[in-house]
Amino acid sequence: MNLKLPEAVSTEKLTELYEQMWLIRLFDEKVDEFFAKGKIHGTTHLAVGQEASAAGVCALLDDSDKITSTHRGHGHCISKGADTRYMMAELFGRETGYCKGKGGSMHIADLKKGNLGANGIVGGGFAIAAGAALTSQMKDEGYVVVCFFGDGASNEGSFHEALNLASIWKLPVIFVCENNQYGMSGSVNDMTNVSDIADRSASYGIPGSVVDGNDIFDVMQATDEAVRFAREGNGPSLVECKTYRWKGHSKSDAKKYRTREEEKQWRDRDPIRLMKEKLIEAGHFTEEDAEDIKKKAVEMIEESVQFALDSKEPDVSTLLEDVYAE
Amino acid sequence: MREITYLEAVREALSQEMRNNEDVYMLGEDIGVYGGAFGVSRGMIEEFGPERIRNTPISEAAISGTAVGSALTGMRPILELQFSDFITIAMDNLANQAAKIRYMYGGKGTIPMVLRTPSGSGTGAAAQHSQSLEAWAAHIPGLKVVQPSTAGDAKGLLKAAIDDSNPVVFYEHKLLYKTSGEVPEEQYSIPLGKADIKQEGTDATIVATAMMVHKSLEAANLLSEKGIDVEVVDPRTLVPFDTETVVESVKKTGRLLVVHEAVKFGGIGGEIASIVAESEAFDYLDYPIRRLGAAFVPVPYNPVLEKASVPSVEEIVENIQEMVNYQS
Ligand SMILES: Cc1ncc(C[n+]2csc(CCOP(=O)(O)OP(=O)(O)O)c2C)c(N)n1
Ligand SMILES: [Mg+2]
Repeated sequence: MNLKLPEAVSTEKLTELYEQMWLIRLFDEKVDEFFAKGKIHGTTHLAVGQEASAAGVCALLDDSDKITSTHRGHGHCISKGADTRYMMAELFGRETGYCKGKGGSMHIADLKKGNLGANGIVGGGFAIAAGAALTSQMKDEGYVVVCFFGDGASNEGSFHEALNLASIWKLPVIFVCENNQYGMSGSVNDMTNVSDIADRSASYGIPGSVVDGNDIFDVMQATDEAVRFAREGNGPSLVECKTYRWKGHSKSDAKKYRTREEEKQWRDRDPIRLMKEKLIEAGHFTEEDAEDIKKKAVEMIEESVQFALDSKEPDVSTLLEDVYAE
Repeated sequence: MREITYLEAVREALSQEMRNNEDVYMLGEDIGVYGGAFGVSRGMIEEFGPERIRNTPISEAAISGTAVGSALTGMRPILELQFSDFITIAMDNLANQAAKIRYMYGGKGTIPMVLRTPSGSGTGAAAQHSQSLEAWAAHIPGLKVVQPSTAGDAKGLLKAAIDDSNPVVFYEHKLLYKTSGEVPEEQYSIPLGKADIKQEGTDATIVATAMMVHKSLEAANLLSEKGIDVEVVDPRTLVPFDTETVVESVKKTGRLLVVHEAVKFGGIGGEIASIVAESEAFDYLDYPIRRLGAAFVPVPYNPVLEKASVPSVEEIVENIQEMVNYQS
């Protein structure tokens, strides 16, 4: 199957994915807006411009498959089937949020859907993903684990330790690098001495591939191969998605470390627009259909905000709850 | 005197020292044009260049280890961790290497390095970006631990930390960065191990650190309206600890309340209370020693819960009132 050809996937599935891309974008733009207004506090990291890697990778996963996410995790969360109402409620710190208001943007987890959680610690997911894959292997559960990570995270020691361990134990895990060119202000060119993060897979004797992270079909194709490889018991692999974060790193970022021209070049390769063009060209839907799908996403995000605003703050008495399991 | 912010005071201490001592350099994530996670080093790469303001990959273990190695061989590194929570990753080089090398080698070698890092809650950054882990570092012989609470202290203590021949962990409180205070323009040093009496009083002693110094001063203000005269002592450095100033204060007031933002259980407050209980001040106590610290929970995201997890001005006031009124 060549997933690079939009014809290979059903219109129904593609419609769902297209809506998901918009949900990710609109969710993060809404969060950005409420942040600016001071209605959401703390910190947040937006994945606007990186929708295709989250949606494309998770499109190849079953409900039983698992992911570990990052600080920039809203998109992963949505693509792994989260309800944006509970996500938004979490960002507003409400009791109806995924973490009862205790986690916030960097800690959204939805274990039932196989989302083992976002992470405030860069590189925190590598070994956890390996561990979840170990469970699958030891209990013969058949699921695979996707570990999302950034270009910057690949410079943490945990990257090396986890990939090595996963490789010798042949764990069913796919390490998906979302290379958005920067780790905060550190350009990947300055912070690594390899041209692709995928080159690092050679150190562990595992396959590594580089894909256009703004092209959902390219992402799906590579993920399909990596997931099969893992399911068949061949062990881990690494998929690197080249992409770009449109917004600043987090709430206050003057973006002095990159140029406006560079930003524009990447914005011109908008993953949502690229997807839409391909789908219209392949005859899956028309411009009007695309607009209708987007409208659904807009409504869902509005509803999510309303849900969050209508939800209660957690009671102070919950402060001491959930430190330990009963 | 001129007033500048705590953040500016830290930056000024760094810049002045770098102008005077070629061996001093900084390393850390995003400390270049980005200016560091909180903007402390903003403008410094422009003045000192990328050789001395070294932007590192996201590699806390390598950052702390590189600092140890270069300190052992003649440099004076100042490393920045973006949040003190990430000390977990730098900890092996700190606790097993930096702290122990000189002793293990029989008194050979020095590790003149400073690890600067913002700590504390109150910003809504949740459980992995809000901790106060200073007691961990204080528990390791070989490390010194500093926790400035004012701009003036930050500048003088940082100079002393850089001049020190030992590894120093320097905790800056995030919520204090924007607070202002009087700070001399010239370089000066505040010796490590010298507490500061932030306010004199006779009825009770509050020993408080970092952010809690300010809450205690606020509480002291409210208490003075009720006729209770509180002394607020800021140890400023946990290691070395100024036992004498604290003991003398408690001998004078007969009451001790220790307040810190770190989790109460296992926090440095237990040590401070014990130091006093074991000292001659014990005989002067008119009321059992009390401690306030954070609840035994990870720091929650929701602002109401977050606030409820750490000691408040009201709690400090209530505790002191109980302790003082008991006698009458
Ligand atoms: C251990 C650790 N070090 C540093 C940070 C601060 N930090 C948060 S995100 C980030 C950049 C991460 O870069 P990358 O992995 O490329 O992900 P991106 O932000 O680009 O999505 C940094 C340095 C952190 N949260 N955890
Ligand atoms: Mg990145």
